[in-house]
Amino acid sequence: MKLSTLTLAATVVAGAALANPVAPADVTFDDYGAVTQSLSGQPGDPENGAKIMKTKSLGNCISCHKVTALNDAPFHGEVGPTLDGVGDRWNKAELRGIVSNAKKTYPGTVMPAYYKTEGFVRPGNAYTGKAPDGPLDPLLSAQQIEDVVAFLTTLKEE
Amino acid sequence: MKFNAMTAIAAVLFSVPGLVAADPDDDNLVINGEIEMTTKAEPPAHLDGALPEIMSGWHFRSDETQALQMDDFDNSGMIFVDEGMAQWNTVEGSEEKSCATCHEDPSSMKGVRASYPKWDEDAGEVQTLAMQINDCRENNMGAEPYGYTSGKMANMEALIAVQSRGMPVDVAIDGPARETWEKGKELYYTRTGQLELSCANCHEQNYGNMIRADHLSQGQINGFPTYRLKNAKLNTVHARFKGCVRDTRAETFKPGSDEFVALELYVASRGNGLSVEGPSVRN
Ligand code: HEC
Ligand code: HEC
Repeated sequence: MKLSTLTLAATVVAGAALANPVAPADVTFDDYGAVTQSLSGQPGDPENGAKIMKTKSLGNCISCHKVTALNDAPFHGEVGPTLDGVGDRWNKAELRGIVSNAKKTYPGTVMPAYYKTEGFVRPGNAYTGKAPDGPLDPLLSAQQIEDVVAFLTTLKEE
Repeated sequence: MKFNAMTAIAAVLFSVPGLVAADPDDDNLVINGEIEMTTKAEPPAHLDGALPEIMSGWHFRSDETQALQMDDFDNSGMIFVDEGMAQWNTVEGSEEKSCATCHEDPSSMKGVRASYPKWDEDAGEVQTLAMQINDCRENNMGAEPYGYTSGKMANMEALIAVQSRGMPVDVAIDGPARETWEKGKELYYTRTGQLELSCANCHEQNYGNMIRADHLSQGQINGFPTYRLKNAKLNTVHARFKGCVRDTRAETFKPGSDEFVALELYVASRGNGLSVEGPSVRN
């Protein structure tokens, strides 16, 4: 609901040339789990991406990954590999696929799918432990995914 | 494809240094300088190789937190054992009885914690210790049942657990309990919530690893009820289960539900061989 209002506002500002975000169910993954098309149709903001990754109520990515570039935030987990140099290892489409639904790239991974709204067992209303009171929002919006992807592409060793 | 495989190998290599740093330690738990606890043991056969070794959650806590469990004067959980003792002797309900009326000294409960949950022939179901306590309250004392995860229940569980401290957990999973155990096992491996995480994802695949500021243990329940520094009270098994399920962004099951009873039997059986530690201290 909030998501579509925002999109509407963005569409009005930028005019008719702007594409609507791709709905979670309509994302096209290739055979290796990559997503070529931008989810929001807008460039990502790497600075905001970094913030999303550190923030517990948003991506909370560092709860499982170490990222040297985000060392200003404490407590990086080790459930996943370090993300240092990840921009060398994967291209943008591959990174977009991994953030949207990592299970398409790594079958069975513990990493949650950030752009998925259906197919869960006993989904709840966020962290309340209660049943949801309507359709679920994805963990991150289309633009937030693009922002995170934009930040990830900056993580190069050389 | 080849690229993916290479990345996966790189990922394993990268995560190794962290894993070693956060590994469970090799300290020994001896309480009051006399009760030797088995905190690491051979996995029970029914685990089918899922874990190389079973370990108490005690090994995953800081030295400071560990020390609090090594002496009963430092273990805040023991305060609640005293409260449980007062409850034990309190006459309640229409039958004008206390626990002591039938069971005399709580030392009569030695071994009880180690074998629960267990099959109850008369009830025709697997009963947890909490269910048995309430069964006695309702049917033998004519008293109101305790809330399943209430403070009074936790106190009584602590009093009963402490009678078995140091004894190996030994819950039966065969015979009529088998079906419940299977159901618990299925729940343990079911990935729930919008985060699609199972108990096994965190406590079997990732014990020893940090998840943000938390050092993941095997999620064993031999130490329950646990005194947690975080909320400064005794915590029951089903309250902990509820918290962990909630953290997967799932709709939780209710404490005392058939699902959590089955899960408790299964999780308890994963710790067969570890010492009963309750009340333990965790963060
Ligand atoms: C009027 C008698 C009576 C009272 C009062 C009573 N119990 Fe019991 N309790 C029993 C009997 C009989 C059993 C064993 C049979 C059964 O399973 O019902 C039992 C079994 C138990 C067991 C299981 C022991 C085992 O070996 O499996 C526990 C634990 C227990 N009672 C705790 C309590 C507590 C705690 C209270 C008080 C809050 C209490 N009981 C009050 C009669 C009583
Ligand atoms: C997202 C990760 C995650 C999932 C999924 C999870 N837990 Fe936990 N659990 C934790 C963390 C973090 C702790 C606190 C540190 C520790 O003891 O592992 C914890 C603690 C526990 C403890 C306390 C252990 C002790 O020694 O005090 C138990 C028991 C437990 N979990 C059981 C479960 C069960 C059963 C499930 C599935 C229903 C489950 N957990 C799912 C993260 C998780």
